[in-house]
Amino acid sequence: MSAITMRELTKVYPGGVRALDALDLEIADGEFFALLGPSGCGKTTLLRTIAGLEVASGGSVRIGERDVTNLPPGKRDVAMVFQDYALFPHMTVRDNIAYPLRIKKVDRRSRGSKAADTADELGLSGLLERRPGQLSGGQQQRVALARAMACHPQVFLLDEPLSNLDARLRLEARTFLKRLQRELGVTTVFVTHDQAEALALADRIAVMEGGRIRQVGTPTEVFRRPANTFVAGFIGSTPMNLVDTRVQGDGLAVGPARLPLPNDAHGQVTDGERLVYGIRPEYLDYSPTPVASALTGEVVVVENLGSVSLVSLDVAADDTEAGDDTGAGRTSVQVVVAEGGEPEPGDTGWVVPRPGRSLLYRDGNLVTATAPAGVPAPRADAAARS
Amino acid sequence: MTTTAAPAPTTEPTGERSTFAVRHLLAQIGRYTFLCAVLGFFALPLLWLATAPFDDTPTITASLPRFTLDNFRALLDNPYALSSLLNSVYLAAGTAALVVTFAALAAYALSRVRVPGRDALLYGLLLLSSIVTGTATMVPLFELAFRLNLIDSRLGVILILSGGLLPAAIFILKDFMDSTPTSYEESARVFGASPLQIMRHIVVPLVRPGLATVGVWAVANVWGNFLVPFLLLRGPDKAPAAVIMYTLYTEGGQADLRLLSTFSLLYSLPVALMFVFVSSRYGFRFHGGIKR
Repeated sequence: MSAITMRELTKVYPGGVRALDALDLEIADGEFFALLGPSGCGKTTLLRTIAGLEVASGGSVRIGERDVTNLPPGKRDVAMVFQDYALFPHMTVRDNIAYPLRIKKVDRRSRGSKAADTADELGLSGLLERRPGQLSGGQQQRVALARAMACHPQVFLLDEPLSNLDARLRLEARTFLKRLQRELGVTTVFVTHDQAEALALADRIAVMEGGRIRQVGTPTEVFRRPANTFVAGFIGSTPMNLVDTRVQGDGLAVGPARLPLPNDAHGQVTDGERLVYGIRPEYLDYSPTPVASALTGEVVVVENLGSVSLVSLDVAADDTEAGDDTGAGRTSVQVVVAEGGEPEPGDTGWVVPRPGRSLLYRDGNLVTATAPAGVPAPRADAAARS
Repeated sequence: MTTTAAPAPTTEPTGERSTFAVRHLLAQIGRYTFLCAVLGFFALPLLWLATAPFDDTPTITASLPRFTLDNFRALLDNPYALSSLLNSVYLAAGTAALVVTFAALAAYALSRVRVPGRDALLYGLLLLSSIVTGTATMVPLFELAFRLNLIDSRLGVILILSGGLLPAAIFILKDFMDSTPTSYEESARVFGASPLQIMRHIVVPLVRPGLATVGVWAVANVWGNFLVPFLLLRGPDKAPAAVIMYTLYTEGGQADLRLLSTFSLLYSLPVALMFVFVSSRYGFRFHGGIKR
């Protein structure tokens, strides 16, 4: 069990692709850490570089007290679970789990019983003599986890651990994985492109884009205070509304509508400045009747998400040209509406941002954020829904 | 066979329809007659092989034999017949072992390491391989074997035959290696397995059908090769079956059909049995375990 420290880690592939760009990251001992990002952002490369399957072009990786940058994978004391599980098809479940011990020259008898013990812990005891091809997806995943656990590594690396399971099983496996990590207390890094998975599982999340880390934080921080518009758009099962706005006195103008300036933005913005106003659909209240300080527009789409509905409004917005208030600029604003209150497409609706929930971005970066203390939790469990 | 020549419809027996049915029937008859002729063309030699050894006066036609086992007894009296089959086994097994071992190592490396111009190299080798054991290179090969003191040595024959078979074997096996996902090996690497351990524990079991294919193919090739052992081995004591068959003449210089047919049967049985055995044991199966 150890912390992982990366300093200016760089990976350039022979073709010239810069997959990791001078990346600094610290993962604490015992932490369940998520690397999150769209495909091609370098998250898998980062995981493979920690494992030693890719050789860093620059910078360093430390696991605990040891600099492992130039060590081969087998000497790093890590275990990796691959996206396809990579269970050896010609070996039984027992032999698969015992394989790391076979490499470590543990004698046949004791590695067999150790494998059986590990399998027991993961509820695989009846399947020891089966081959991977005879197991279900969930069982295969648990065998892969058992194989990784059998060698008692300092660090677990999981590459897209849930992506090969079907939706129902994925939820079950997610809970299982989180409990297992708690019990083992081993530093675990996993890669995912699914923000819901990252929010649900991880103690902390690093959101990556283009080989760089855009934000590191707890799921709450990343969800409530995305540091930039990229993270704001990526996190959340319904992406954050990002609307062009203009500072006007002590308020914000979005097209013809005027919204209050977030409290602690006072003094940090200048009058007339162009910013991006961000608010999650969960933090907007829908009203079928006119209200003050609201955005208004026609309901275009109503999507039923079960306990809530996602309503898209066509809202008048600023044109990109300053001073052109002809209403030519339109933007779509999404709002989460609770069961029973759904409007019909074609209705006119008003949406009011909840106090203390709106964010302002200048050049894509967070200008300010509302104080996280004492604010209501997001409505419904929209964030955890996958 | 088939029942497509349906009876003419009873409800509307127009002349046009029945003409069509007749034409269809004739076409079917024609097709199957042709197929039977082709089949017979290939089956008759095999039929001859099955009957002639048991006939006391075999000719070059296949006929119902007057049953006898005298031919086998006569063959046993030939001092070289049985030992030549054993020689064939030596040569085939040695060559197959060499080819499978080296082709597996080379194919694995070529499949996993990015070498510039790799494909050109492979195709070039494949092209050249047909030359190595071809007739055109027999003189230089003989010369080479002579200088290396490998004339009249089984090792020399095995080395030269292996050289000829290796490129194609590498080519076949590389395809097998390419189709095994690298995550198996990476997984083993993270657990600390050395390259040779990965090869032994993971890669070889995974490509076993490919190794079996190449092994069978190498054996079949050596078994049927006449020219190389004929030129490089001097005495009949080391000659394989393919060479000994060439010596089965009567005193009059005529082909001895009794011995020849019997020996042919014995000569072809091992290879046929090997095919059956290997395909039932190693057939092209894949166990799964990678979720795609």
